[in-house]
Amino acid sequence: MSEVQTIQQHLPLPDESLQKQTTTLNLGPTHPATHGVFQNIMEIDGERVLQTVPTIGYIHRAFEKIAERRPYYQVTTLTDRLNYCSAPINNMGWHLTIEKLIGITPPKRVDYVRVMVMELARIADHLVCNSVIAVDTGALTTFTYVFQYREKIYEIFEEVCGSRLTTNMGRVGGFERNFSDVFFAKINEFIVQFPKVMEEFETLLNRNRIFMDRCIGAGPISAERALNYGFTGPNLRATGVDYDVRVAAPYCSYDEFDFQIPIGSVGDVYDRYMVRNGEIWQSFSIIKQALEKIARLEKEDPKQKNVFYAPEADKYHLPAKPDVYTKMEALIYHFKMIMGEIDVPAGEVYHSVEGGNGEVGYYLISDGGRTPYRLHFRRPCFIYYQAYPEMVEGGLLSDAVIALSSLNVIAGELDA
Amino acid sequence: MPLDNATIQQKLTAKFADAISEWETPYNLLSCKVAVSTITDVLAYLYNDSELSFQFLTDLTGVHFPERAGEELCVVYHLHNMRANSRLRLKVYVPIDNPCVPTASSLFSAANWMERETYDFFGIIFEGHPNLTRILNVNEMDYFPMRKEYEMEDPTRTDKDDEMFGRGSLV
Repeated sequence: MSEVQTIQQHLPLPDESLQKQTTTLNLGPTHPATHGVFQNIMEIDGERVLQTVPTIGYIHRAFEKIAERRPYYQVTTLTDRLNYCSAPINNMGWHLTIEKLIGITPPKRVDYVRVMVMELARIADHLVCNSVIAVDTGALTTFTYVFQYREKIYEIFEEVCGSRLTTNMGRVGGFERNFSDVFFAKINEFIVQFPKVMEEFETLLNRNRIFMDRCIGAGPISAERALNYGFTGPNLRATGVDYDVRVAAPYCSYDEFDFQIPIGSVGDVYDRYMVRNGEIWQSFSIIKQALEKIARLEKEDPKQKNVFYAPEADKYHLPAKPDVYTKMEALIYHFKMIMGEIDVPAGEVYHSVEGGNGEVGYYLISDGGRTPYRLHFRRPCFIYYQAYPEMVEGGLLSDAVIALSSLNVIAGELDA
Repeated sequence: MPLDNATIQQKLTAKFADAISEWETPYNLLSCKVAVSTITDVLAYLYNDSELSFQFLTDLTGVHFPERAGEELCVVYHLHNMRANSRLRLKVYVPIDNPCVPTASSLFSAANWMERETYDFFGIIFEGHPNLTRILNVNEMDYFPMRKEYEMEDPTRTDKDDEMFGRGSLV
C-alpha cells in the first residue's frame, strides 16, 4: 500500500484557496444561523461569497420507505415531520389524497374547519419565518413578541387533536372527534387579539430603515429562474408569479372564500418577507370567513353541529372510544382499522395542497394492499433549496444568512 | 387558453406516434408511457411548443415494479403548464440491469436534485447529469434502498413478515 494517501476533496476549491487567499467556511450543520440541520461549505473572499455547496441529508429518516410498511392512517404521523412548522397542512394534504383515491367528499363543516386549521398553521409558519429573518438581521424583539401568538395557535391545535407541534390531526373523511366549544372560543379570542400584534410587528419592521437596507436586494432570484428551479409558494410569489394551489386547484372548498394572492416583484429577501406578511393577513381573513360560514351552516341546520366526518367514510373512521368498549360491532371495526384490514382501491393519484412553503404534493400508488405501494412526497423545500448557491454567490456572507432564513428551508421537509 | 387532455394527447400522438403509449387518465390527470429513447425530445417539445408549454417540472421520482420484466424501474415526471393550469404525467420504464435515462436537468434546473434523489434511492442513472452523486444517503452506501428487494423488517425475525402488510414476498 502506498504511503501517500489521497485526501478526498469534497469541494473543487479555487486556486486562491490553496494559497490562503480565500477562506473555506463551514456554515452548518449545527450553526445558529442555519436554523436547521444543513451544511453549506462556502468559499469566501473577505465577506463575499464566491461559491457555496450545500450538503443535505443530515436528518434523512427514509419516510418514503417507512410509508411502504405502514397502514394508511399511520402515514399521517410521517407527514407531520416533513414541515413541522405547519404540520396540520401536511396532515390534511395526506387525508385529501386518500379521499381523492377512495372518492370521498367531506361535508362542508369539515371543509371549513380544515381551512381554518390550515390557515392558522400558515400563519404560524410565516410568523416563524418572518420573525427569524428579523433575528438574523439583529432584531430579537419581534421574534419573542410574535412567538406568543404562535403559542396561542398551538393551543388551538391542542383543542382539536391534543398535540401541538407534530399534530397527527384529522382522519380520512374528517376529524377524529367533534370540536369543543373551547376550540371556537380560542379562535374567537385569537381573532380579537392577533391583528394588533401583527400591526405592531409590521410597524417595527416593514418600513424600518435598517431592516429595509439589510433586506432589499439580498438573495434575489428572477421569476424565470425561480420557475425553472421549481419554486412554489411564497418564494415564487415574491418573484411576481401568482401561482397558488388554493386557487389553481381548489380543495376543501377554497373556491368559496374571498382572498387575494400577495405577490412581490424582484424576489429578494424583502419581497419574500412582504409576501409572507400579506399572506398572514389573507389567512386571517379566510379564518374569519370560515367561522362565519360555520355559524351560518349551524344556524340553518342545528344538526350540523354534530358533523365532523363524512358519513361515507364510516369504514375508515375509528368508532368512538365508549362504543369500542361497550359495543361488539364497534370493537370489530376498531380492530380491523388498527390492523389495516380496510380495503383501499388500487390506483394512482397525485394531490397537492398549498403548504407553508409551496406546493406539497403526494404521489401515491396503491395496489389495493394495506399499505401504499409507493408514496412520494413532493417537498417544496427540497426542490427550491438547490437554487440557494445561485442566489447567494457574489453577495455578502451576511446576505447569504438572511437569504437562507427568508427561503424558510425546514430541515424536516428538506430531508424527508 | 384552455388546454384539455384530448388536445395534449392528440398533439403528442401526431408528433411522436408509437413512442408514446399506455394513455390513461387516472383521477383526471393525463398519464402516458414514453419510450426512453425519445424522452428528451418529448420533454423539449412539451417545453417549447407554444400551445403545450409545459415549462414547470412539479415532480420527478422513481418507482420499482419487480414484476414488470424488462422494465422494472420507472421514472415518473409530473409536468405543469401554469398558464393553462393543466398537468401531465410521463413515465419512462427502464430495465433494472441497464437503468439509464437521459437527464432532464439541462431543461429544468429543478431536475438536478430530484434526479440525484432518484439515483440515490433507485439507482437510476441519469445520463448527462452534471453531478450524479448521492444526496440524502451517505456516499459510502452500496445499495439502492427504495428497491423492493430491501425489506423493512429485520430478515432474521420470523414473527413479522410481509404477509402482515397485505402482500407476500415481493422478490
